[in-house]
Parts: sequence; C-alpha cells; structure tokens
Amino acid sequence: MIETVIKKPVIRAEGLSKSFNKQKVLRDLSVDFNEGDRIALVGQNGAGKTTLIRCILGQYVYDGKLEVLDRNPRKERVIILKDVGFVPQIPPPLKITVQEMLAFFSNLCNVPVDDFVTIAERLGLKVKESFSKPFVALSGGMKQKLLVSFALGKQPKILLMDEPSANLDPAAREMFFSYLAEYNKEALLVLSSHRMDEIKGLVNRVVEMDFGNIILDENIKR
Amino acid sequence: MSGKGFLAILKLDLFQTLRTRGFWLYSLLFGGFVAYMFMSGITESQIIGFVGLGRLLVTFMQVCIVIIPIYVLITVVRSIVGDKENNVMEYMLSLPVSFNSFFWGKLFAKFIVIYTPLLLSLVLSIIWGSFLKLSVPWEFFWLYSGLLASMVFCFLGIGMFISVYTRSQELAVSSAFVIWLVLVAFIDLLLMGMMLKLRMNPDLVISLGMINPLQVFRVGVLVLFDPKLTTMGPVAYYILDTVSRTAYIAFAIGYPILLGLLFAMLGARRFRSKDVI
Repeated sequence: MIETVIKKPVIRAEGLSKSFNKQKVLRDLSVDFNEGDRIALVGQNGAGKTTLIRCILGQYVYDGKLEVLDRNPRKERVIILKDVGFVPQIPPPLKITVQEMLAFFSNLCNVPVDDFVTIAERLGLKVKESFSKPFVALSGGMKQKLLVSFALGKQPKILLMDEPSANLDPAAREMFFSYLAEYNKEALLVLSSHRMDEIKGLVNRVVEMDFGNIILDENIKR
Repeated sequence: MSGKGFLAILKLDLFQTLRTRGFWLYSLLFGGFVAYMFMSGITESQIIGFVGLGRLLVTFMQVCIVIIPIYVLITVVRSIVGDKENNVMEYMLSLPVSFNSFFWGKLFAKFIVIYTPLLLSLVLSIIWGSFLKLSVPWEFFWLYSGLLASMVFCFLGIGMFISVYTRSQELAVSSAFVIWLVLVAFIDLLLMGMMLKLRMNPDLVISLGMINPLQVFRVGVLVLFDPKLTTMGPVAYYILDTVSRTAYIAFAIGYPILLGLLFAMLGARRFRSKDVI
C-alpha cells in the first residue's frame, strides 16, 4: 500500500501578481510551499524571486491571494515574522557594533545572545573577538555568518535565504550546509540561488521562475 | 505599534547616529558657537537695552533659525529613502517590527540626536554665564528650549514626510532645499513687499506669514526680548493687536509641533500602506 503524506502548506499563493510602474514582475503566480519542503528557488535575474520573497515578508503590496502561516503577510506581518528567519543577499551597512547587534536581535526576538553566538562560532566566526567592531567593517563572509546565525538562532518555521552562501569561504559553506541539513525537518526552507549544483544536495524540491511565474516545480530525491 | 519594536528601532537609530562624524561635528558646532560668543564678549554688547546672557541667547537663537531647519531637513529626508537604497530597510523589515514602530522609532531617535546638542548648548550657556556671575534669564531659557524642541519636531515631521514620498536621496535633498528656500523667502520682508505691491488684505497676508513655521519661530524668539516687536516693523501691530503675548508664545510652541505631527502622520500612513522597498 502506498502511503501518501499530505503536507500542510506554510505559504500559499493564488493568482499572486505584482507590478512596478505597469511592468508585471509576478504574473498570476500560484504555488504552495509546504512544511518540510526544502526548496531551491532558482531563476535568472529579474525572474521574480526576490519580489516573491519580499511579498512573503510583507514588504510589498500585491494583487491576488497570499497566505503565510495561514495569515495575511501585510496585515499580520509582525506575528508572521516572529516565525521567519531571513538572510539577505546584500548585508545592510549597519554602523552598530557586533555586540550591539547581538543585543538588538536578542531583545527583539526573545532569543538569548549565546544561542546566536554558538551558531556563529560553529560557522567559524570568532564572535567575541569581533564584539567591538562595527558590523559594516566586517568582511563579507563575517557579515554573512552573523546574519545566518541571527536567522537560524530564532528557530523559525520558515527560513528564507537569498544567496546565503555567496560570501562564505568553502569551510564555512560546508558547515553552513551541514547545519541546514540538520535543521528542523518540519520547517520550510527556501534557498534562492543561482548555483543549483551547490545546493542540490540540500533540497527536496526545485522551483524555477522566469518572467514572474513558475516554469518548473519538481520534487527531487536526495 | 509595539513598545518593544519602537524602542528597539529608536535605540538602534541612536547608536547608528552616535557613530557618525556628522553628529559630533554638529554637536561641536553649537557648543563651540556658545563658547565663541562668550569669548567674543557678546554678553557685554547691547541691543535695545539688552545685555548679558539674554543677549547671548537671542543671538544663539537667530543662528538656529538659519541653520536648524535646513540641517534637520537635509539629515532627515535621507532617512527612510536612504534605508531603502542601501538595503537596511529590506533587512530591518524582515524582523518582527511593525511599520509604525519603524517609522516612529526613527523619528524620535532623530529628534533626540538633533535636539539634545541644542539643549546642551543652552545649558552650557547658563552654566558659563553663572560662572561669570551674570544673571540667568530663566524665562528665556525655558521659552527657547521649548521653541527649539518645537521647531526641530516640525521640520522632522516634514523631513520624514518627504523621505517617504521620494524615490531617491538626491530627489529628497533637492525637495528639502526647495521647501526651505520657500519658507525663508516668506519671512516678513518679502511678505511686507507683497502686501504693499498687491494691496492685499493685511490680515490675509499676516495669516499667510503665520502659517510659515520659520516666521512663527522668529517672532517667538523676539517676543520676550522685544515685547513690542519693534524690530519687526508694522507686522508687529497686527500680531500683538490680535493675540496677547502669552497666547502667541503658546501658539509659537504648539503650532509647529502640530504641523510636524500632521506631516509625520501623513508620512507614516503612506509608509504603511505602500511598498516599503
């Protein structure tokens, strides 16, 4: 007997559209991202990956229907974002020190500072040596490690990562992927990347976008 | 708006600003200006019978009229639009912080970093004056502290409004500059000229002047120092015939705050209802 596992949708888009100055960037997109999905979100520049992620984060006004954790990401943004970890492609140029940044995240996300520090150190960042350095003065890889540790330290139900390993050195990349491989199997992971070969061992589903819509959606065996 | 998100953004913005050279330069400029005025002997010079610390405070406020509005506008208009351009907004708004907390947290942080050096400069002048055994005009001190807070808040609100509505830092700065030029141009000399030339109803012209926060601030500064506003010419008659001195002081502090609040609320409304990036 074949047992079918029905996964609960964590993100559900139906007829999702987004335009900028009459130019459609997302075109009537419909898709479900389910719990336990580890998705490689791939596509060329301008395909709509970042726009989709920003709609999920509640940063854009859109047409159509979008639900994240059964809520509206515009109207219930703050509640949703408590369960979302995000790693951006380009780190923000914050002038505050690493220590201040840790305190900021700890306070805002109700997570002990040590939880972030442990993850960052596993990724190879000597956090305590960098305490007094402004975040903006860290190297690209150090910034990325810290941002990844903030995203993972929250233990979110949804992890959205936009080219998360772009600035990591090979050792940190390996550590990062092994961390992700172990990460909560119930959680939804969306990895936006240009380098499919790099993340294919980590994902169980590939979603390819082009011209604002999904042109390929397939499950893959690991 | 959650208190936690608001305070987190306020604190973050404060720390960010404290790490900029511009903030320390700005603080030193006003502190240094007070020190320079003492050293130049301005407290011993006289204007319409006024000497001492009162004379110094009036001069300080005259400088503030010129510098503060444009400084506040130029600093603040780049705030929201700058965060959009350099990816700070994308990241910060992926955290559980409401749009309102983000907007108002930034606004109040900017208020603190702009107003505190001004207040400290006034306090410095009082301490230095007391040390020199000059009598302290407390009435001036309280009024000017209030007027400065009110003016900073007014231009902060206008600046945040521009910052939300513009798409690039260049456009934001240009818009701020144009607004400042218009407000400066409508300080009473131009107003009087317009009144004479167009033979307009004086009440209307004065009312137009009194919606200009710079003009309101300027009259507010003079009203203690020159109770009959003789330095302002005929405009003074219209103002003092219409309202009492106390009522005018209340207006000079209250109106710019309300104006700033109105612009800030319109900016916040736009910010939470449109794309934030």
